[in-house]
Amino acid sequence: MKDSKEKNAGFEPYVLGLVCNWCTYAGADMAGTSRIQYPPNLRLVRVMCTSRLDPTFVIRGLELGADGVLVSGCHPGDCHYVNGNYKTERRMYLLRELIQQAGLEPERIRLEWISASEGSKLAEVMKDYVNVLKKIGPNPLRNSREKHHVDEKDLFGKELK
Amino acid sequence: MTNDSDLRIGVYVCHCGTNIAGVINVKELAEYSSKLPYVVIAKDYRFMCSDPGQEMLKNDIKEYRLNRVVVAACSPLMHEPTFRNAIRGAGVNPYLFEQANIREHDTWCHMHEPEKAMQIAKDLMRSAVAKASKMEPLEIVEVPVKRSALIVGGGIAGISAALDLADAGFEVHLVEKDTTIGGRMIQLDKTFPTMDCSACILTPKMTGVGRHPNIKLYAYSEVKSIEGYIGNFRAKIVRKPRYVIESKCNGCGKCEEVCPVYVPNEFELGLKPRRAIYIAFPQGVPNKYTIDMDKCMKCKLCVKACEPEAIDFNQQPVEEEIEVGTIITATGFDPYDPTGDYGFGTYENVVTGLQVERMLSAFGPTGGEVVRPSDLKVPKSVVFIQCVGSRNFRKNSYCSRVCCMYAMKHARQLKEHHPETDAYVLYMDVRAFGKGYEEFYERAQREYGINYVRGRAAEVLEDPVTRNLIVRAESTELGRPIELDVDLVVLSVGLVPRKDVEEVQHLLKISRSADGFYLEAHPKLRPVDTLTDGVFVAGVAQGPKDIPDAVAQAKAAASGAASLMSRGKVEVEPFYSVVDADKCSGCLSCIAMCPYGAISIQDGKAKINSVLCKGCGCCVATCPSGSITQNQFKDSQIFAQIEALLAER
Repeated sequence: MKDSKEKNAGFEPYVLGLVCNWCTYAGADMAGTSRIQYPPNLRLVRVMCTSRLDPTFVIRGLELGADGVLVSGCHPGDCHYVNGNYKTERRMYLLRELIQQAGLEPERIRLEWISASEGSKLAEVMKDYVNVLKKIGPNPLRNSREKHHVDEKDLFGKELK
Repeated sequence: MTNDSDLRIGVYVCHCGTNIAGVINVKELAEYSSKLPYVVIAKDYRFMCSDPGQEMLKNDIKEYRLNRVVVAACSPLMHEPTFRNAIRGAGVNPYLFEQANIREHDTWCHMHEPEKAMQIAKDLMRSAVAKASKMEPLEIVEVPVKRSALIVGGGIAGISAALDLADAGFEVHLVEKDTTIGGRMIQLDKTFPTMDCSACILTPKMTGVGRHPNIKLYAYSEVKSIEGYIGNFRAKIVRKPRYVIESKCNGCGKCEEVCPVYVPNEFELGLKPRRAIYIAFPQGVPNKYTIDMDKCMKCKLCVKACEPEAIDFNQQPVEEEIEVGTIITATGFDPYDPTGDYGFGTYENVVTGLQVERMLSAFGPTGGEVVRPSDLKVPKSVVFIQCVGSRNFRKNSYCSRVCCMYAMKHARQLKEHHPETDAYVLYMDVRAFGKGYEEFYERAQREYGINYVRGRAAEVLEDPVTRNLIVRAESTELGRPIELDVDLVVLSVGLVPRKDVEEVQHLLKISRSADGFYLEAHPKLRPVDTLTDGVFVAGVAQGPKDIPDAVAQAKAAASGAASLMSRGKVEVEPFYSVVDADKCSGCLSCIAMCPYGAISIQDGKAKINSVLCKGCGCCVATCPSGSITQNQFKDSQIFAQIEALLAER
């Protein structure tokens, strides 16, 4: 116990956020507009809908050292594209099972539904998630992989455009 | 496909006054950016969105031969269009632009941790530059906009918008759920502060709607489904059966006289019954009767009494499909139901403000006299309790905006009818914000002698014999509890979203704010737009407001819709997805996943209709062979962003 406390001392978790344009990205905007202060541990990547998120995006984030990946979109029933969030939910639940096979804690993938008016919810989620990640400690994959740009290739060996 | 060696990226760090520069060192960020791959020039500037800021962009594009631009500033949801237009003006494709959100997502929410904020800004900057390096020019997609509008809701907002658009020459389809248009305003007696008779100022507009050649009125109808997108919506409207043939009914009312069924009257808020065959109020547009089939006994006495033979028990709902270019949501509100508060629903002589409106109305249940429900006598003393259901963390935390004024109006009218009546208003604050409102308030106290007592009502008790009420409250002015013995208690109830607000939300694919009303695109600068292009919102549907503001919003929404329709075409973001047929295996996985049915099979391969595709990207993530790419959100771009964000981890 003492060991992990020392290991975790001063550890600031890095949360990679993969969020949808209509709800969570706008919700994060609202948090900023309302000057709601939350832990400075989040960096966002914007997509139009969370259903765009290939599970390999989440895996790449974890591979490269993110301690947690926050996937967030519109509430079920409110998806700007009708039902994209349901597809995301299925994918993320399955992915969370799979990363455990690789020895990663399931807490490293967090799925939330944060709407455009829920700036305060994002702040609460971040406060909670940072605490959770501090408890489970840094991503074991961090610094374990040589940091170089990997050319994305498709199944046919051709470079992705 | 631009060769990497040809990339020339310009980076601009906006100070945004002190919003960004007050937290992080913008010069340091610009200096850091200048060292990133493909960056040719990196500057900082006070206000990038200003005219000189945009001029600088245009000049730099020419001088440094830039072909990609990154601006680190506010949220792209704020100024992405501004910058895209600026670079377009300088001859660069507007989609070769990326904005790093270092204000809303960084300096504004990490104000007291400047070092961490700086690290985040650097991370976001790398991410934006990485994405920009993978962007490709995109052709702007133009879609035609039909010159017709759908307005959902026939209250004062819907009516105002309909008249404006129809006068401008556009075809308007106005759909109203109730048997007649008029909404909540027709339920009012007088309107503050002018004390205009509400029906007198509204009914000419209602008949105007009924008569206008450009307005197609669907009363007693509902919108069942809406498909499509801005400029090209397809809506299915269902006309519910009145069981009365509209073209034959002349509104004579003989059917009503013979109907043996008496049921509670929703329009009169339970103060007066109606028959199973009814008209909501005498000035209805359309002025046609309707049979409430759930309550009808099927005795068919009305059929015998109807001279024009207008009654048809076999009437069926009629479905109509229309095509419109724009939609305005003007669905209004419900009054807060105070059942259980202050004895409402238990004590007879506790009524709501809207019930008092109906009593004051000349065509209401009591012919214009406010009386106690228990004995129909005129009250000698009345207490108005304010903020019922509003400004209360247990109910609704927002202020309903109109209750201070309408209680003032009610108190004045009571005093006008019966000057000897004692009137008390128990308030927390008095909000008399509009034109003429403060003067109205001043007269209410000085001339009419209405007693304003600052304090909250704790409880209301009833004398079981007299049915009088004892209101226990606190007077903050006297600094002690008080008890008011009165004949009548009026609860000034707030405005709440309608019961069907969620249903309509899903129909229109718009969002709601935390208070439950529909969400505007920007609270200050786009108060009548929604985030769904082509769909506008007006009136209390967007949030509690008085009639002048509802009309102003209706006119604003009409102006927004007219602007789109008169232009006749609108630019749609080209973020659609494309299938590489060579890689596609024809597995059909994407077809089932597309919510818009935009994918079809051609020659054994998937093909996406770029006009139907809304750019969600679901098919891209679904495709097992990676054959689909989404413009502006390609795998290579997203991976580049993720790698860049984590490069210093």
